Amino acid sequence: MAQNIPEISEYRYGFRDKDVSVFRSKKGLSRQVVEEISRMKGEPEWMLDFRLKALEQFYKMPMPESTNSKWFSLLPGNLDELDFDDITYYVKPSERQGRSWDEVPDEIKQTFDKLGIPEAEQKFLAGVSAQYESEVVYHNMQKELEEQGVIFCDTDTALREYPELLKEYFGTVVPITDNKFAALNSAVWSGGSFIYVPKGVRCEVPLQAYFRINSENMGQFERTLIIVDEGAFVHYVEGCTAPIYSTDSLHSAVVEIVVKDNARCRYTTIQNWAPNIYNLVTKRAVAHAGAHMEWVDGNIGSKLTMKYPAVIMKGEGAKADILSIAVAGKGQHQDAGAKVVALAPNCTSTIISKSISKQGGKVTYRGLTAFGKNAEGSKANVKCDTLILDDQSTSDTIPYNEIKADNVTLEHEATVSKVSEEQLFYLMSRGLSENEATQMIIMGFIEPFTKELPMEYAVEMNRLIKFEMEGSIG
Amino acid sequence: MSKAPKLTIKNLHASVDGKEILKGVNLEVKGGEVHAIMGPNGTGKSTLASALMGHPRYEVTQGEVTLDGENLLEMEVDERARAGLFLAMQYPAEVSGVTNSDFLRSSINAKRGEGNEISLMKFIRELDKKMELLEMDEKFATRYLNEGFSGGEKKRNEILQMMMLQPRIAIMDEIDSGLDIDALKVVAKGVNSMLSDELGVLMITHYQRLLNYIKPDYVHVFMQGRIVKSGGPELAERLEAEGYDWVKEELGIEDETVGQKA
Repeated sequence: MAQNIPEISEYRYGFRDKDVSVFRSKKGLSRQVVEEISRMKGEPEWMLDFRLKALEQFYKMPMPESTNSKWFSLLPGNLDELDFDDITYYVKPSERQGRSWDEVPDEIKQTFDKLGIPEAEQKFLAGVSAQYESEVVYHNMQKELEEQGVIFCDTDTALREYPELLKEYFGTVVPITDNKFAALNSAVWSGGSFIYVPKGVRCEVPLQAYFRINSENMGQFERTLIIVDEGAFVHYVEGCTAPIYSTDSLHSAVVEIVVKDNARCRYTTIQNWAPNIYNLVTKRAVAHAGAHMEWVDGNIGSKLTMKYPAVIMKGEGAKADILSIAVAGKGQHQDAGAKVVALAPNCTSTIISKSISKQGGKVTYRGLTAFGKNAEGSKANVKCDTLILDDQSTSDTIPYNEIKADNVTLEHEATVSKVSEEQLFYLMSRGLSENEATQMIIMGFIEPFTKELPMEYAVEMNRLIKFEMEGSIG
Repeated sequence: MSKAPKLTIKNLHASVDGKEILKGVNLEVKGGEVHAIMGPNGTGKSTLASALMGHPRYEVTQGEVTLDGENLLEMEVDERARAGLFLAMQYPAEVSGVTNSDFLRSSINAKRGEGNEISLMKFIRELDKKMELLEMDEKFATRYLNEGFSGGEKKRNEILQMMMLQPRIAIMDEIDSGLDIDALKVVAKGVNSMLSDELGVLMITHYQRLLNYIKPDYVHVFMQGRIVKSGGPELAERLEAEGYDWVKEELGIEDETVGQKA
C-alpha cells in the first residue's frame, strides 16, 4: 500500500507564447555581446567596466565543482549538459515598460494573465514588477509607498535614476569573484528588482516580482538589489515559471540585500521553473546590528537548482532565519540549502530545511554555519527534515560548520522519514483515499514552511504541491 | 438513514507474517447492539479489530465479512470507512503539521462526497458541541493530529472522531487502556451519547471496568484466535470476579494465546 506514490503531473505553466521580441543577441557569449547589452541599455562607463571585468572572471573561473569560494566549496549537481555557447544572453521583449497592464504588448500581457499576476496585484500586493525574458515589461507600485520615499523599480531604471545608490551598493554583497555564475550574471545581467526603503518606513504589504522565460535556450540573468535602511521593513516576493522545451534554458540570478541597523527584510521565493531550466542563483544578504533577515525559499521546479540563500551577520545582535523547502521529482535535482555567517557578537540564526524526493528525484541539503572570531555569544540552530517517498529517490544532507569563536552554540538536527504505513492506515481508516492521505501527510510535513507565507501564497503553494502529488493511484 | 446496520463475520481466519492469528471468528453485530469481546493478552483480539478495518499487515486467508450485505474484504481501507465502519485505535498514529480539525473536516467530506461538503459553520458548531461533551479543551481542534497527546487525550480524540464521523459499525480497540476513572467516564459518556438503532458497537477490552460504564448486550470470550464462549452481561461480571481460568477449565484450554494450536 505504501508503495504506490503519486506521480508528478504535467507541468502546468509549460505553455509557450509567440516570440515578440524586438531584439535578441546572437547565441553564445563574447565581449561583443556584453558591450552590445551595455550599449543598448545606454549604461554609464563604470557599469560597462564592471561587466567586462566580470566576463574576464567568468572565463577564468572553473565550473563550480572545483570552485572554492571564500565561504563555501560547491559540489554541485550535473552541469555537463550546460552549453554556454548555445544560450541567448539577451532578449528584449518590448520597446518600453508599462505602468498599466494596457501598455504591455498583448502577447506578453496574455502570458501574465494566464499566470494570474494582474489579478494578484489588484487583490493583495503593494507593487508588482513583471520581467519577461531579459527586461521588466510592467511595473507599478502603490502611491502611498512612493510618497514615503520607497523606491521599487527594475534595476536598469535604477541605474539611470539612482546612480549614486547603485554605485554604492552594486556588487558589494556578491562580488564578481564569488563564483562562476555570479560572474556570468555580473557580465550579462538585465532586469531584476531594485528596492530602497528609507529609514523607519514599513511596507506592510508585500512587493512582488514575477519572472518568466519564454524563449528556448534563453538565459535570464536578473539582478536584484534591496536596501532596507535603518529601522525599516519590507517583504519582497518573487515567483518564476517557464515553458517546457526539449533543450535547456538557464536562469542565473544574483540577489544582493543590505539590511541596515534594526531593519528587517523578508524575501520569499517560490520557484516553479519548468523541468528543463538550470536554476543557479546566488542570493546573499548582509545584516547589520540588530537587523533581521529572513529568507523563505521554495524550490519546486527546475532541472537542477543550486541555491543557498545566505546571511552575513555583520553587526552585533543580527538575526537570520532561513526557511526552505525543496521538492524533487523525476529527473530533478534540488541542491539547495542555506548559509549563515556570524561575524559579530550575539547573532542568532535558524535554518529550517524541508525536502521531499520522489520518483527518482534527488534532494541535497548543503549548508554552512560559520562563526567568525568576533562572534562570541552567537547561536545557530539547523534543522533538516527529509521525506523520501519511494525507493528510487534519494536525499543527502551536507552541513559545513566553521567555528573560530569561543562561547558559541550550534545545534544541528536532521531527520529522514518515509510516509509510514501506520499513518496511511490511520488516515484511510477515516475515509480518505490513499492519495488524499499521502497528500495530507506531505502537506503536514511542509506546514512549517507554508504557515510563513502570506495567506494567498500559502493557498497557491498548497495547490501547487497537491498538483505535483496528484497522480496515478488506481 | 437506511435500514439498521449489520456486520457479519463468518469463519474469519487471518495471519500476519505467515503466522495464523485469527482461527475462525464468527460474530454478528447489528444496529442497536453493544458487543464486548473480552480476553487475556495475546489471544488475537486486536488483530480482529485491525483485520476488519483492513490493515495491510493482516492477511485474511479464509472466511467472509459483510457490512450491510456488502463484501467488506474486497474493499480498500478508505472504502470500508466510507461504508460506515470505524475503528477507534489503541495506538493512533501521529501526523505532524495536520490539525485535528482539518483532518476531521477532510474525513467528513471524504465520506459525504464532492459537492456535498459540510459547511464550515456547521462543522465548527458540531465540533464545539462534541468537544464540550468530551471535556476537551478547544485548543485540541488546532493541535496537530495526536502529536504530543497523552494516552488519555488520544483516546478522547478517537471518540471525538467517531462522534463526528457517525459510523454505522464502531469497533473500539481497548479504548479504556491507560485511562483513569474520570477519563473513562468521559469516554463512556461520549460513546453512550451515540447509541441508537443506527449504530452497532464492538468493544474490545480485557477489563470488565469499561463495561460498568458502557453496558454490553452481549459478551464474548476470545481465546486462541476465536470466540470460545458467549453470553450476556453476567458473563463479564463472572470474568471480573473469577478471572479466565474457569473458562479455560470448562473448555479444556491450556494455553489461551494464539501461539498454540487449538
